[in-house]
Amino acid sequence: MTVAELISWVLLALGCFVALTAAVGIHRMPDFFSRIHPAGKTDTLAQMLILLALAVQAGFSPPSLKLLLISVFLLLTSPSSTHAIAQAAHLEGLEPWTKPPQEPPADTREEAAQR
Amino acid sequence: MNHLVLVGAAAGLLVAMSLFLLRALLGPTIYDRVLAMNALGTKTVLFVAMLGFLADRPEFLDIALVYALVNFLTTVAVLNLVQEARLDARP
Repeated sequence: MTVAELISWVLLALGCFVALTAAVGIHRMPDFFSRIHPAGKTDTLAQMLILLALAVQAGFSPPSLKLLLISVFLLLTSPSSTHAIAQAAHLEGLEPWTKPPQEPPADTREEAAQR
Repeated sequence: MNHLVLVGAAAGLLVAMSLFLLRALLGPTIYDRVLAMNALGTKTVLFVAMLGFLADRPEFLDIALVYALVNFLTTVAVLNLVQEARLDARP
């Protein structure tokens, strides 16, 4: 177990954690525009962490250069495609989710509970 | 040991990918589906790169690079199709 391997494992674990939070967030958010937040933002972070972890394992070699190339390319395209999706939905006229109407005041709720 | 960590990370990515796929199948609007498929494509790139390290075959990175290109083009093309042809844009 070398130091480089240890660094790479930590980065891999972080990347997997970020990817899993994105997957959970895309199910928990109420509507499309809020789902962009977990899906779009964590996309770039997870790919940077995981590809960096693999590059650390590969060392100073051609595969490392390819990993860097993939990372830079995803860094450019991922936010722009997320932006394109959001803009398409906005132009189509999709309404953002708003807070539902307030629940009835506390006293009426207590009465309902007593009944 | 390193092999085991890579397999674990690949399994974690697979769980995340299956959740994204579930959102793509459930997605109320077509934009939810496109968003989920875009994120799923990015995770697939990572998964393919990881598989290359697991199998000790660096050629897999070329596949990952091409998949990243195709993923971006697919997203933009599907969005263009939705906007131009008005394909089921409403839920």
